[in-house]
Amino acid sequence: MSQIDLATTSLRELNETLQAQKGGDNQTAWEILNPRGSHALAVGLDAPIEVTVKGHTGYYCAGMNQQATVHVEGSVGPGVAENMMSGAVIVEGDASQYAGATGHGGLLVIKGNASSRCGISMKGIDIVVQGNIGHMSAFMAQAGNLVVCGDAGDALGDSLYEARLFVRGSVKSLGADCIEKEMRPEHLDLLTDLLTRAGVNAKPEEFRRYGSARKLYNFDIDNAY
Amino acid sequence: MSDQDHKIPRTVPIQSATFSNPINAEIRRAAATGIYDIRGGGAKRRVPHFDDLLFLGASVSRYPLEGYRERCDTSVTLGTRFAKNPIKLDIPITIAGMSFGALSAQAKEALGRGASAAGTSTTTGDGGMTPEERGHSSKLVYQYLPSRYGMNPDDLRKADAIEIVVGQGAKPGGGGMLLGQKISDRVAEMRTLPKGIDQRSACRHPDWTGPDDLEIKILELREITGWRVPIYVKVGGTRPYFDTALAVKAGADVVVLDGMQGGTAATQDVFIEHVGLPTLACIRPAVRALQDLGLHREVQLVVSGGIRTGADVAKALALGADAVAIGTAALVALGDNDPKWEAEYQKLGTTTGAYDDWHEGLDPAGITTQDPELAKRLDPVEGGRRLRNYLKVMTLEAQTIARACGHNHLHNLEPEDLCALTMEAAAMAQVPLAGTDWYPGKPGSGY
Repeated sequence: MSQIDLATTSLRELNETLQAQKGGDNQTAWEILNPRGSHALAVGLDAPIEVTVKGHTGYYCAGMNQQATVHVEGSVGPGVAENMMSGAVIVEGDASQYAGATGHGGLLVIKGNASSRCGISMKGIDIVVQGNIGHMSAFMAQAGNLVVCGDAGDALGDSLYEARLFVRGSVKSLGADCIEKEMRPEHLDLLTDLLTRAGVNAKPEEFRRYGSARKLYNFDIDNAY
Repeated sequence: MSDQDHKIPRTVPIQSATFSNPINAEIRRAAATGIYDIRGGGAKRRVPHFDDLLFLGASVSRYPLEGYRERCDTSVTLGTRFAKNPIKLDIPITIAGMSFGALSAQAKEALGRGASAAGTSTTTGDGGMTPEERGHSSKLVYQYLPSRYGMNPDDLRKADAIEIVVGQGAKPGGGGMLLGQKISDRVAEMRTLPKGIDQRSACRHPDWTGPDDLEIKILELREITGWRVPIYVKVGGTRPYFDTALAVKAGADVVVLDGMQGGTAATQDVFIEHVGLPTLACIRPAVRALQDLGLHREVQLVVSGGIRTGADVAKALALGADAVAIGTAALVALGDNDPKWEAEYQKLGTTTGAYDDWHEGLDPAGITTQDPELAKRLDPVEGGRRLRNYLKVMTLEAQTIARACGHNHLHNLEPEDLCALTMEAAAMAQVPLAGTDWYPGKPGSGY
């Protein structure tokens, strides 16, 4: 285990060090001390390393992550794991806005609550939130899975494409073109896998599934003439 | 005299200027379809433009450089503020962002070939980076757009610069649009979208709002790319003074400013024609913002929207831009709206020079299409050669003017080299009306 103390190391040095790690390196476990809400922490990683952040972070923690597992022992600011491609990001606390925005792959687990626009424009990422999520979550979500063990705020899944949304609690309102859909066996299997990977003890049968009605996919043109 | 000779004179038919034939036709089209008109290109209406400016060549008070013998440099370096590797261009004319999806892969390749041969950069668009484009572009700017279609860190690190697109001149405040006819298998896969949908992109970035957030977003992109490449911020021309100042405050290396004549692959006609400022009206306020911050020439300004000739290039630079970008003009150089396709334009209900239904994917020239048969009509090698030639001519034209004004570098052109033909152009460009020493709004003039 190597430690990097942000009280004595610059953000640039920290990211440069972590970005330089390659698959097969002996040193795979890293601990970041005194993050003090720093922005752009552990971004652009591209190796199967384990990074533990001992505290709270600012914007875009683990942005564009590839392969790495980033574990935040605190809460995160806006845009955690934005545009993640692969790997995993686990947040022990809460997440601010845009958690997992535009993510293409990997797994984001938030053990607390996530604020508004969680999973906005997601493109294949899996997101599991153990608490609640805020309004406009999964806005224009294209692909991937968003699992919410608590409640969802207003306008869930507005202008949704093909992402799948699973909510155990209440949904304050659905956004444009987002509807409740039947939970079929394959969805229960998918949900079981997601909950297991996220380490969440919840029954898939307690969730409801939401998806796109696909009525906004094409312009509505009057072809009467 | 016969009765016919005593006919009462009648009022001749008078067309309404308000309800003109084109307006009435659009009302009938709207009534028939229930959807707004969508088209490509930029504003078609007449607005004050570079044509309304003239250069004041050298005479007794200034002396010119010898047109064919004395040196007149054209190089420009973009991204000198923070980036370790600024982009060095041989000419101050770049190729604006246009997406694979809006354009065929062959067209993107041709743009890359032409730009590279001319020593300048080309730019991706709202659809990610294709290997063809990267492979044929010696300097490639990677657009970072609200949709983030195809966005990934591997391509980000392959880019020579990153352009954060906040808006564009054809539709400031609006998102991209790509209709189902052009969402082919490859385009759909690159954008993670279902095939055949009418794609309407987000108008705002998903993970930042406002200049304070933008500053942090720029920090993140710099951290991911090791502070190596310049970061541009592109805005549509609406409030150029404040948008430029805020982009600079957020940490931009380069500001790209796109006026309303700048093209788009597709959006509502009402958006193109009624939102935004003419390019001419954008430049001086943006330059003033840079000067007020003490960063003119340290943060470079790239201007686009209706640049067609070397004269336009020279005028934009004289007003304070560091470089220009061309989009529509580059497509015309490749063969867009070429008269040789007139018969096919007629079949599509249009004519050469007016074809703007780029969103339908039926482009006879094979440029704005994803139809494999149509796309084959554009030879990327020949297209690249044509673009290189066109860029060369524009550069020679701009040099001709600069030498005539007595300058040994295009960047030495200045507002004092210009006068305006109209009051509007004088006010927007803040150069004197021809034959006077006055322009509307000139400090101390009382107007």
